[in-house]
Amino acid sequence: MSEIVKVGMADLNVAKPPQKIRTSGLGSCVGVIIYDEILKVCGMAHVMLPSSSLAKADSMNKAKYADTALEVLLDKLKSNGANQTRLKAKLAGGAQMFKFSTSSEMMRIGPRNVDAVKEKLKELRIRIVSEDVGGTSGRTIEFDPETSKLSIRTVSQGVSEI
Amino acid sequence: MSFINRIQPHHLDILKEVGNIGAGHAATALSKLLNKTIDMKVPSVRVTSFDGITELVGGSDNVVAAIFLRIEGEAPGNMFFMLPVNEATRLIQYLTGDEDFDLNHPPYSELGLSALQELGNILAGSYLSAFSDFTKLNLQPSVPALSIDMAIAILSYGLLELSQVGDYAIVIDTEILEKIDENSQKTTGHFFLLPDPGSYEKIFQALGVPINE
Repeated sequence: MSEIVKVGMADLNVAKPPQKIRTSGLGSCVGVIIYDEILKVCGMAHVMLPSSSLAKADSMNKAKYADTALEVLLDKLKSNGANQTRLKAKLAGGAQMFKFSTSSEMMRIGPRNVDAVKEKLKELRIRIVSEDVGGTSGRTIEFDPETSKLSIRTVSQGVSEI
Repeated sequence: MSFINRIQPHHLDILKEVGNIGAGHAATALSKLLNKTIDMKVPSVRVTSFDGITELVGGSDNVVAAIFLRIEGEAPGNMFFMLPVNEATRLIQYLTGDEDFDLNHPPYSELGLSALQELGNILAGSYLSAFSDFTKLNLQPSVPALSIDMAIAILSYGLLELSQVGDYAIVIDTEILEKIDENSQKTTGHFFLLPDPGSYEKIFQALGVPINE
């Protein structure tokens, strides 16, 4: 049994083999994995909101927002020896599970989260290798830094790998 | 979340009473609809971290049928009625007379889903109108939306407003149960009420116990 590092909602963490890293129940949230294939170190963030400019609190949880979470994750990976030029990313989530006719901007949060994550990755010059985003289903994802494979489980479609 | 620090135990009692009155009316409506005895548990009001909510909905992999509606008006918020998939299947079979309907096996018939959505609409509407009468606050439900998926992915929608001000939520959770015989009952579902951060002061104010600065 290999150890599984869990990433909660609005949380982030790093893992190395034989560990795997997992986050459960991504709805509108986006799971971002940044990894170094050579060093086999990876990090995952469970992003809830697109921008830290939405924060109305005095103290801020950086892992919650796309822009700040990816910066923290990058720093963590670098301090684990990862080489920024080698880093790649995979992402999943950002679903729109409910459709309301009187749709408030908050209900479109999934696609907004995906856009924000992509923009930030571009700014950080990290290439997106594969993605499984949008749709209407919740996802549970698990990344294996040994193989760089991301497995995605949904209720209706079972397990797939990207 | 600054207001959480100012909330006193009697404020939580008031939220409990909101859950009690709301779910009480919903249980009565369900009882009439099914012609069965429906009971409810004493509501629990929990101040919990986002991770704690995962436990609240039965673990990260728990799959449920959920009806979600936005509450609009003077005290906006989110309401969920969540049922275990097998229980939702049984209710739909009862309401539509379609014994082949099974939420474990998609694709689902439109009629079955529509029946479940209407059931959710009636129950959540009863909950909300009792809540509105009790507080004298003007509240309107949005059209309900239905999803059969991971409970935590569904409930995360109710956390979006809250997540902008902190990492904690106040969840008013009321379980309703169906009586099987004298000694046993089983869970029908859970109501989760998650008022938006700005709504607490209004609810407390409306009931005469404002939060002191």
